[in-house]
Amino acid sequence: MISRREFLQASVAASAILGASGTGIWGRLAAQQRLMSQDDLLNMDPVGNVTLIHVTDLHAEVKPIYFREPGINLGVGEVQGLPPHVTGTDFLDLYDIEPGSPRAYALTNTDFEALAAQYGRMGGLDRIATVVNHIRAERPGALLLDGGDTWQGSLTALRTDGGDMVRLMNALGVEAMTSHWEFTLGIDRVTEIVENELNFPFLGANIFDSMWDEPAYEPYRMFERNGTSIAVIGQAFPYMPIANPGWMFPDLSFGIRENRMADVVGQARAAGAEVVVLLSHNGFDVDRKLAGRVDGIDVILTGHTHDALPEPVIVNDTLVIASGSHGKFVSRVDLDVQDGAVRDYGYRLIPVFSDVITPDADMAALIEAERAPYAAELGEVLGSTVNTLYRRGNFNGTWDDLLCQAMIEEREADIALSPGFRWGTSVPAGHDITREDLFSATAMSYPECYRSEMTGETLHLVMEDVADNLFNTDPYYQQGGDMVRVGGMGYRIDINQPQGSRISEMTLLRTGERIDPGTTYTVAGWASVNEGTEGPPIWDVAESYITRHGTVDIPPNQSVIVTGG
Amino acid sequence: MNLTRRQALITALSAAAVAGILPRSASAQSLDEAIAAFTGGAEATEGGVIITAPEIAENGNTVPVEVEAEGAARIIIFAAGNPNPDVVTFAFGPLSAVSRGSTRIRLAETQDIVVMAEMADGSYQMAAQEVKVTIGGCGG
Repeated sequence: MISRREFLQASVAASAILGASGTGIWGRLAAQQRLMSQDDLLNMDPVGNVTLIHVTDLHAEVKPIYFREPGINLGVGEVQGLPPHVTGTDFLDLYDIEPGSPRAYALTNTDFEALAAQYGRMGGLDRIATVVNHIRAERPGALLLDGGDTWQGSLTALRTDGGDMVRLMNALGVEAMTSHWEFTLGIDRVTEIVENELNFPFLGANIFDSMWDEPAYEPYRMFERNGTSIAVIGQAFPYMPIANPGWMFPDLSFGIRENRMADVVGQARAAGAEVVVLLSHNGFDVDRKLAGRVDGIDVILTGHTHDALPEPVIVNDTLVIASGSHGKFVSRVDLDVQDGAVRDYGYRLIPVFSDVITPDADMAALIEAERAPYAAELGEVLGSTVNTLYRRGNFNGTWDDLLCQAMIEEREADIALSPGFRWGTSVPAGHDITREDLFSATAMSYPECYRSEMTGETLHLVMEDVADNLFNTDPYYQQGGDMVRVGGMGYRIDINQPQGSRISEMTLLRTGERIDPGTTYTVAGWASVNEGTEGPPIWDVAESYITRHGTVDIPPNQSVIVTGG
Repeated sequence: MNLTRRQALITALSAAAVAGILPRSASAQSLDEAIAAFTGGAEATEGGVIITAPEIAENGNTVPVEVEAEGAARIIIFAAGNPNPDVVTFAFGPLSAVSRGSTRIRLAETQDIVVMAEMADGSYQMAAQEVKVTIGGCGG
């Protein structure tokens, strides 16, 4: 069989293999396939004297993965219709990307199944190592920065309490990071890693001791590169104790802390910084607002909301860079710094096509060593899927539809709730579901699947509360997740209404009856932030469901009606 | 922004009173009364007051709020949605280096923190910030 690498590099052969007559989607895709080589992906015209390399939101994915970008990612208020709130063919039009091209596959959900079959998996830390080494060879002194959400999201990271990722990111040569899910390992483990295992600073200007309101972590680090002083400020996820279990890190307080950020930028400038870089886990809209309100930041390397944009968004002379998630992309930012100011920039969002970029042998060996103890467990096939399993989208994804269906059947519930996480890889239609796939959608430290009773009134309150985290018109009041996923219940949402008025027509799908505020329903869910939540881990519930069905067939979810988008 | 916010707040609360939502109208009245008691009925202008408070409370039972108004003789903090909106009044003598105070407030629900400052010349300035109290648990 022809290897995928050769396959990609031979477009004529590709159209022959596909056997298309030149009409229809397959013919179109084959015709639009372009020669693609490692050099095509990595080369760019260098600019200036400073280079930043950014990876973020790896969610512990060290092997190449499939990741379907969202089909629905709505913005409200001032950011309605602005990137990253543009998806599918609109995204292709906005950035002038050819449908069916490698970039279209990497950046949108359009034709996902067909393009996944052609272009294959993306990411892999060994490929990322090749990209990083290439940039460093071309640009000595390039600064490698990790935006966080690195130590959580895979079976191996769960089994090693993040240890595999710490060792691998040390080996990659990361020079500073910030954080979010890292803290769900619990404060004792985070402290152990930061003090004893991590080779580089763990930055967080907005992390404070909650008792004394004093800074708890190093706010920034100064780097001297090619005669230029670069300040890298860290900003952890602001809503850590609200969106995740605060009892796991009880003495810490977070928040956006805009005034603090302005102070730290001032301190960095006073200490001689010629370039100020904010390594942020705020989420895109929060960083866009922050860039407009805090002067003096040259570059924001944003994270958290998992957006990948092929160009910077420029606000108040600040470049806002969105580098995607799960290792799909590496960002390279070149800066021309003269007389203490940025005069010019160059940018490339590098898509990590795993069949095109040669794995770095040393990193590949380290990855295999980390995975070896768990190899049998990771590779076990639990079943297969008729339709693509994916998570991203504001209101639902088939992975969560599967989890909700599993909770309803296995836990005998009327209604199931699955949190609006944005991490988790995709399983293309027709593929096997391995235990590794299941853990990539569920692995975390508070997985208990609870079963409890809620009144219709409480359910409505929960839905409204989460909807406001997503659709509040002020980005500073958004937490950066998607809408809670619901099984067994349909509803209508008008995203332009205020909190309390967005959700209506809640309907119990089993009976077709409206949810009654005074009636009690049995609700199953997972990932509660409350301490002492009881139940089996969600992966056990899902595994039982998948193995019982063998082949899972999750149809498109039509029970959420969206207006105002 | 805050003048309009204040007007919006008052309008909203009046609307609530019209709608007959008793707890809201009760607190609206006491907020207006508390403001009037502080200013003696004088108009306040927006600006000159810096509020440092979380946009979303990490713990609604103890929300840290810091206020500063350069040159203020007195600063008062109101929690507009609490049963007793008057939280604290800071008084600053002429030798104070800065007019700044901080406290922690229990917030019953999402609401505006309204801060008014009495300046040395007897004029009043104000600012407001919404602090959201949320159930939480679904961040990405």
